[in-house]
Amino acid sequence: MNNCTLKTVTRAELNAAAADLLDHGGCMQVAYAWFPRPDAPELRYISTTPGQREFMSWRVDASKEPVASLAAKSPLLGWHEREIMEMSGIAFAGHPEPERLVSAFLPQTARGPLEPGGAVHASAAGSLAAPTLPQMSGKHVQLLPFGPVRADVVESAQFIFYYVGEGILHYHPNLFLKHRGMEKQFEGIDIERGVLLAERVSGVDTVAHALAYAQAVEDASGCIVPPRARWLRVIAAELERTYNHLHYLGHLCHTTTLKVGEAQGKLLEERAKQMNALASGSRLLRNIVWPGGVRRDLDVVAISQGVAPLQRELERYVDLIERTTSHLDRLISTAPLSQQLAFDQGATGPIERASGIDRDLRRDHPYAAYGELQPAVATRSEGDAYARMKVRIAELRASLGLLDDAITRGVPTGPLLEPCSRVPNAEGLGWAESSRGSVLYALHFDDRSRIARAKIKSPSFSNWRVFPFTVHDSNMMDYAINEASFGLTISGCAR
Amino acid sequence: MSLWTWFGLTSGSASTDWPLKGDVHGQQGVLGMPRYDAAKCQDGCDACAQSCVTHAITFSPKLGENARPEVDWGRCIVCQLCTEACPTGAFTQSEDWALGVKQRDDLVWAEALVSDAASDLPERTRRPFRRSLHIRHVDAGSCNGCESELQALNNPFYNLHRLGIFFTASPRSADVLLVTGPVTHAMRAPLLQTYEAMADPKWVIATGTCAVSGGVTGGNYACGNGLDGVLPVDIYLPGCPPNPAAIIHALLLLLGRAEQRMRGGQLER
Repeated sequence: MNNCTLKTVTRAELNAAAADLLDHGGCMQVAYAWFPRPDAPELRYISTTPGQREFMSWRVDASKEPVASLAAKSPLLGWHEREIMEMSGIAFAGHPEPERLVSAFLPQTARGPLEPGGAVHASAAGSLAAPTLPQMSGKHVQLLPFGPVRADVVESAQFIFYYVGEGILHYHPNLFLKHRGMEKQFEGIDIERGVLLAERVSGVDTVAHALAYAQAVEDASGCIVPPRARWLRVIAAELERTYNHLHYLGHLCHTTTLKVGEAQGKLLEERAKQMNALASGSRLLRNIVWPGGVRRDLDVVAISQGVAPLQRELERYVDLIERTTSHLDRLISTAPLSQQLAFDQGATGPIERASGIDRDLRRDHPYAAYGELQPAVATRSEGDAYARMKVRIAELRASLGLLDDAITRGVPTGPLLEPCSRVPNAEGLGWAESSRGSVLYALHFDDRSRIARAKIKSPSFSNWRVFPFTVHDSNMMDYAINEASFGLTISGCAR
Repeated sequence: MSLWTWFGLTSGSASTDWPLKGDVHGQQGVLGMPRYDAAKCQDGCDACAQSCVTHAITFSPKLGENARPEVDWGRCIVCQLCTEACPTGAFTQSEDWALGVKQRDDLVWAEALVSDAASDLPERTRRPFRRSLHIRHVDAGSCNGCESELQALNNPFYNLHRLGIFFTASPRSADVLLVTGPVTHAMRAPLLQTYEAMADPKWVIATGTCAVSGGVTGGNYACGNGLDGVLPVDIYLPGCPPNPAAIIHALLLLLGRAEQRMRGGQLER
């Protein structure tokens, strides 16, 4: 394992270690539990420190009494710890919100779905309370449960608003009605075909999930990816960012009722998807990434013929957007997210960069061919809906530039794939910067070199955690604009 | 804004004329369901079934050692692995995508056809809605891939409105329920409530392989196996995801404005 430094931390040292990490500018990324043996659950905390490409993984024995919650120190861990309690049955002491999260809409069972047969520890899953809503009184306070079936073609989720007139007092999203048990689904699958599941965790982040998964497999089995495949992976990843960001701009125009702007954004998205199909055989760029390399070559001629007109059209489109005061008026100062809140609650991708946190996995923890094809990273300091749009516009330009650059410099020659060898009981970590932020896969193999545990950290899980903080104390009229400015998916969050 | 009015007017129409005229359906290069030719199979080979994660390709033990694989495109996630695994070219890549069918059995590969085109005719004349259609979409646990392609229907290229087909917010004014996802346990009740809120006559389209058969997570602790046994399905449209042109074909098939092309697991060409 080269992507991650492993360190054993005792439960007594855990608090001090977390404080030390934060003091040195480090950041928690994900926490999860797994079972090396059915009677020996283990917690993992994965973090990054500035200036270091490798991630850090702390290993904490969790077989006896509850482990102290770190949610007060690093609030973004709050959701991760809740998920560990309900899914793997490991209890945390002093958790501020000991309630079910991912399984909130499933019948409660004595043991969590990720606990192995033969587990002996006392499971926290069976006794974890159902999520509660705050008590509200006052005759003018209204309660609006919106969804899970909502207007338009959207993903299912239920949004609960407590509001007075236009003002939102409290907002609570129920995001896990479409929890599909993806992590459990990986158990027992062979290391190659697991990528097909990863592609289907969040359909519009197909490449990012497949890439993070494949890199975790490669990390575990010590597989070296040929240069040509690494180059093609960058091209596929930037094609994915391009169509997603174009969709984002069109959808944002939809929420400010800028109809022609919406049509144009979605037309450019369609052109990008048609280019994807010509280049790869799939509009959503499926069936490209494979552990050890890529499954197919990409038609770079189709891409360069698609990118050049997209660059021209984008400039015209952005110029119009930035001259439309009715659009900008709805974005500027809407739903600001402070840098502190973005960091504490774990905002990722364009959301954290729009709040002044200069972090991008492609640059700070290079993978694929990003060491040679370096992306320009855009940041803003305002943290409002306008800043979130501006960051995405800058990224869109950078992506198209990067595609142009990758094709002009020429795809290296050589094999597309170097099959990964089977390494029983290995573990690996992989990551990718999707259009929505950081995707992480932590994998553990079993003694037959199949997947024993797959932990997925998706960007929307992180950003949905942050989003409600920008809704409280805002108003109903801005809600849809604010939600669109985050560019979230529910499937990625619920998994 | 006058800026946008001018921009819209000078840009002109971006919509395709397909399927009313021409063949600009926008799916050039899209790999569809593989094609299967049982005659090319080798005795004793099961490479295709070994590669298939959703068991779209299986071998029935009761058919003996030299059996040919049984193929159900309703379970296929279009990953193309069988076309790479097959040593003899029995499974080959194709651009086949107009896969909407009225009977689930039509997605299962068979030497002899299950249904024939003539049986559709009396039914088509009975359709109360022959032209316009209002759709209520429900996501019952999809990966967002199907939603991405459904949302594309309203972009200027496909411009679904030109065909008299609209997405509607209220199930009360919907004629057809278009469902994506394997039906997670938590989404089952809201899905049924939406169906019950629709006025008769009403139809259901199972959109995407998850809704047709459960997809990659079908039957696990959180998911059902698609719409069968949950709602009466009128059109099955597999695909991962089905592309926008395939969705348009399925909608027109429901209206009797297009012909079913998939029979016995084979696309009529």
